Amino acid sequence: MGLLSKKDSKLILDPLADDNPITIQVLGICSALAITAQLKPSIVMAISVVFVLSVGNVVISLMRNIIPSKIRIIVQLIVVATLVIIVDQVLKAFAYSLSKELSVFIGLIITNCIIMGRFEAFALANKPWRSFLDGIGNALGYGVILIIVGFFRELLGSGTLFGFKVLGDSVEKTGLYAFGYENNGFMVLPPMALIVVGIIIWVQRSRNKELIED
Amino acid sequence: MGLKQNLHSLREKYKGTKMAPAFNALHTFLYTPNDTAHGGTHIKAADDLKRTMNTVIMALIPCLIFGMFNAGYQHYVAAGEIEAVTSGFFSSEFWTLQNFTLGFWKVLPILLISYGVGLGVEFLFAVIKGHEVEEGYLVTGMLVPLIVPIDIPLWMLVVAVVFGVVIGKEVFGGTGMNILNPALTIRAFLFFAYPTWMSGDKVWVEGAVERTREIANGSTADAISGETILGSLAQSHGVDYSVMDMFFGFIPGSIGETSTLLILLGGLFLIFTKIGSWRIMLSSVIGALVMGYIFNLVVAAGWITDTSKFYGLMSTEFWHHLLIGGMAFGIVYMATDPVSASQTNKGKWIYGFLIGFVSIMIRVFNPAYPEGVMLAILLMNVFAPTIDHYVVQGNVKRRLKRAKLKTA
Repeated sequence: MGLLSKKDSKLILDPLADDNPITIQVLGICSALAITAQLKPSIVMAISVVFVLSVGNVVISLMRNIIPSKIRIIVQLIVVATLVIIVDQVLKAFAYSLSKELSVFIGLIITNCIIMGRFEAFALANKPWRSFLDGIGNALGYGVILIIVGFFRELLGSGTLFGFKVLGDSVEKTGLYAFGYENNGFMVLPPMALIVVGIIIWVQRSRNKELIED
Repeated sequence: MGLKQNLHSLREKYKGTKMAPAFNALHTFLYTPNDTAHGGTHIKAADDLKRTMNTVIMALIPCLIFGMFNAGYQHYVAAGEIEAVTSGFFSSEFWTLQNFTLGFWKVLPILLISYGVGLGVEFLFAVIKGHEVEEGYLVTGMLVPLIVPIDIPLWMLVVAVVFGVVIGKEVFGGTGMNILNPALTIRAFLFFAYPTWMSGDKVWVEGAVERTREIANGSTADAISGETILGSLAQSHGVDYSVMDMFFGFIPGSIGETSTLLILLGGLFLIFTKIGSWRIMLSSVIGALVMGYIFNLVVAAGWITDTSKFYGLMSTEFWHHLLIGGMAFGIVYMATDPVSASQTNKGKWIYGFLIGFVSIMIRVFNPAYPEGVMLAILLMNVFAPTIDHYVVQGNVKRRLKRAKLKTA
């Protein structure tokens, strides 16, 4: 990338693959399981986290020298909470039905381990620009997995994408030799999200053997 | 050259190549290998994994044959072509060639698909990972046809078997490493993925849906519910099968799970050959009876009346629970799976008791999941290592205490 130095672009590219918050650090799993039954909420969630994490990282980074270390968690919480409320209000105003669908999970971005983790691990020790890039990178890494999982779960579980019908009608005939498409109800249930994430981890680690821990 | 020679030379030919495990497996499956250990071996036992697996399969064969007869019988009774059985287990209405033929041609494809796909996945993983093919799938492949409804579409079975073997077993490292029972994983997948094909009234009796359609189109055949007993009890419908029918297995249900009598004999055979754990079987039965009895007491005390949706199953006499659904089959063939069950003796009692207890609880409290025994066994599979851990720790503590007392 011409815009960014090599070191800076690493901040964005690493979390997308080899240092992915979900598949490598196994953070932020809860929301990845809860809202990925469909593609649209997954994308909205991804965008929300990109906003919260990048802005939050910049704010924390700007204040990093004046936050007393004893109360830094509280300060971080206030920053996240403010940003999350902004996201929540915007969604309620402009996409009410979607906001209802995501329900409490937008609010629960506050507890998303990725966000507090990046604040603690990165923003508190780095300058704003680099923190901003780090925030974008990690949130995108999270979002990519969310979108992949959401894609497969909606496609195989409901036979739709963005609510449009993609896969065929259910089986008409019955009996042993019935053949036809039938939605896989298991895909819509949260356990299957865990298994899909597991399969992504499996594929990733078998492609890049360095990621395998003993 | 005989088959054995052929296999032998094939094996020699592929020795050291990628495909070696596959040919090795074929060779040792059909014949005892010629090679013996040359160093100092000290263990001489006939009950290797292959023998263990074959014993379980032998115990399952009667259930399979009965399932074939029953599939035909249920179909013809529902179609009104033959009369219901009247004279005990050896009724002439049941053991007819007509029944068997229909059942045989229905069950055979399921059996072939189950073994073909499952062993295919198993061979594939062995070749990729370069380890030997394990015998674990032999029993799973036999269990799968016995725990699915007769009208399950084959392609769903294929999807489920691939899922069950890969996610339930291979990702953990193959036979002996799996946390969950693979056959139950396959069934659980089917149950949650395609619920309309695994419950309700259209799959348990061969051709049930076509018949309903014919009746709707003006056919004169009698409408007979194709529901399982659990299904109708969960909706508080009456049951028109006698207790003897339930015990002998002349009822609709998954292919091999209906005949409590044959399962009982299979269970005794497993106990006699010391393959299955009698502790698990006995404690599961006790657990189920205790929970069932508690529910009976609740009904007797008048806390639940027949307006409640739980009434149908709660008021079922407690020992009937053992005869209906997959309870007996699950206890005898699934809960005793040596890999996923508890290993310690005390642990087996706890593990079995909780399986029985939780099965009946799920069965009664959640009418949407009538087959509680499947979920209960999977749940306890997950807890088995924890149970073992505390049993072992308890033992360690007790002995330490005793050692201290002695020295003090």
